[in-house]
Order: sequence, then structure tokens, then C-alpha cells
Amino acid sequence: MTSDHAADIDKHVRVYITVFVALMALTIITVAISRLHLREPIAVSVALLVAIIKGSLVASYFMHLISEKKLIYAVLVLTTFFFAVLLALPVVTHSDGFWILFQ
Amino acid sequence: MDIPYVVKLREDTNLYNAKVGIWLFLASEVMLFGALFASYILIRTGAQSWPRGDSILNVPLATFNTIVLISSSVTMVMAWASLMRRRFGTFRLYMGGTILLGGVFLVVKYFEYSHKFHDGLFPSTNNFLAIYFTLTGLHMLHVMGGMAVNAYFWGPGAKLWKTNPEWFTNRVEHAGLFWHFVDLVWIFLFPTLYLL
Repeated sequence: MTSDHAADIDKHVRVYITVFVALMALTIITVAISRLHLREPIAVSVALLVAIIKGSLVASYFMHLISEKKLIYAVLVLTTFFFAVLLALPVVTHSDGFWILFQ
Repeated sequence: MDIPYVVKLREDTNLYNAKVGIWLFLASEVMLFGALFASYILIRTGAQSWPRGDSILNVPLATFNTIVLISSSVTMVMAWASLMRRRFGTFRLYMGGTILLGGVFLVVKYFEYSHKFHDGLFPSTNNFLAIYFTLTGLHMLHVMGGMAVNAYFWGPGAKLWKTNPEWFTNRVEHAGLFWHFVDLVWIFLFPTLYLL
């Protein structure tokens, strides 16, 4: 193992520790915000925003997505698209607007 | 016959075959949990009233479990980093820690479930509990699966380190990708089920 390689891994480890601290802080923030008993739309938005930030940290640094190859990004873009469609289906069904387009 | 592209990168993808495989598998997992999240949205938005998670579920226990699972993600990535530094002893320590933390998560979940059953709260009681038990139950199965793979690499699978350390390091990285995905799912389950 070269000293450059060792220094590179050491740098990675420091990033992992920083991300760990950030995830712990965000977990506490999530619970603290839920204690405020905000109105449901605001509570849902804030909780999901914090969860998305936490999820992005895990995916970017622990799963190394921040420096991944093009093929992996292509797979994820496709997955994100179909995932968004899946989540949008129940939402548009309840909006009463989706079906009007076909009448 | 040797398995191709376990250490050497393919020229067309610039990746090991197993890495493409695990990401495709994770893509299918996103759709599996996505379908259940979509069902949750559909049932919740269609219900006349919906209970707040913290009025039924134990938030301190779930917060503790969130901390446990995030910590296990860190020990998992540190196990991989140890192999990259060619420190097998440290790898064993971190991987052991990951398995142990997975066990702690399951024990806490056991207490949570048994408390619910003791109070007469079952998946058939109402839609909220049906969704809660389905999502957390499926997630728990993933934790068990991840623990089994990690235990294999901690134990008998570690023999590969002696003959082909690079291949073993890649295998641990792929097991780690699955484990981090399990953590990621919990990061969304926790606020969705327990806090909203």
C-alpha cells in the first residue's frame, strides 16, 4: 500500500466520521421538530426534507455515489423516474384533476 | 473456471460485474419499498382520520434504533476502509460491531412488537398498524438478510482474504452497499411512521 493510498483512505475515514456526526444531529432535529406539533402539511414537508438530506448523505458518502461511474448513475436515474411515477400515482388519483384530462 | 471481472474492471462499464449486479438489485428494492410507500400514501390520504404515529408507537425506542442503525452503517464503511488499508484484524472488529448493532436493532424491534401484541394491537386492528407492521416487518427481514451476509464475511467467507484480498474487499463493499440501503430505508420509515 503506497503512502498516497493510505492518506486517501484516511481522508475518507475523516469524511465518514463527519457524516456520522451530521446524521446524529439531523436525527435529533427530526425528533425535536416533531415535538413542535406543526400543521400536518408543514410537518410532512420538514420531516421529508430532513430525511432526504440524511438519505443523500448516506448515499453520497457511505455508498460512494459522489464519485461513481456513469452506468450506476444511469441505473439510478431510471430508478428515480419510476419511483417518482409510483409515488405520484396515488397523489394524482386523489387530486381529482388527473382524470379530467381524459374526459 | 474463474469468474471474470471480480477484480479487473470491465472495459465497457469501467466497473466490476458484481457492482453492477448489486446496484440493479438495489434498484428493484427501491421499487419494492416504493410500492409499499405508495400504498401508504394512498391509504392515508383516503382515510377520514389518521392517527399520529407517536400516539401509538414508541418514539424513544425508534430514535434509539435509528442511532443504532446509523452507527452500524459507519462501522460497516469502516470495515471496508480497514480492508483498503490492509488491516484484517480491524476489519473483523468493525464487521463484528456491525453485526452486533444489527442484533441490537432486532432485539429492540422484538420488544416493540411484543409490547404491541400484549396491548392487543395487531396488523388486523387498523390500517395504520397494517402499514406499520408490513413496512417495518419487511425492513426487519432485510436487516436479518444483511446480518447473514455480514456474518458470512466475518466468518467462513473471510478465507478469501488469504488467497485474493482484492476480491474479498470488493465483496465486502457490495455487502456494505446493501447494508447502507437498509439504513437508508429506515431513515425514511422513522419519520413517516413514528413522527407524522
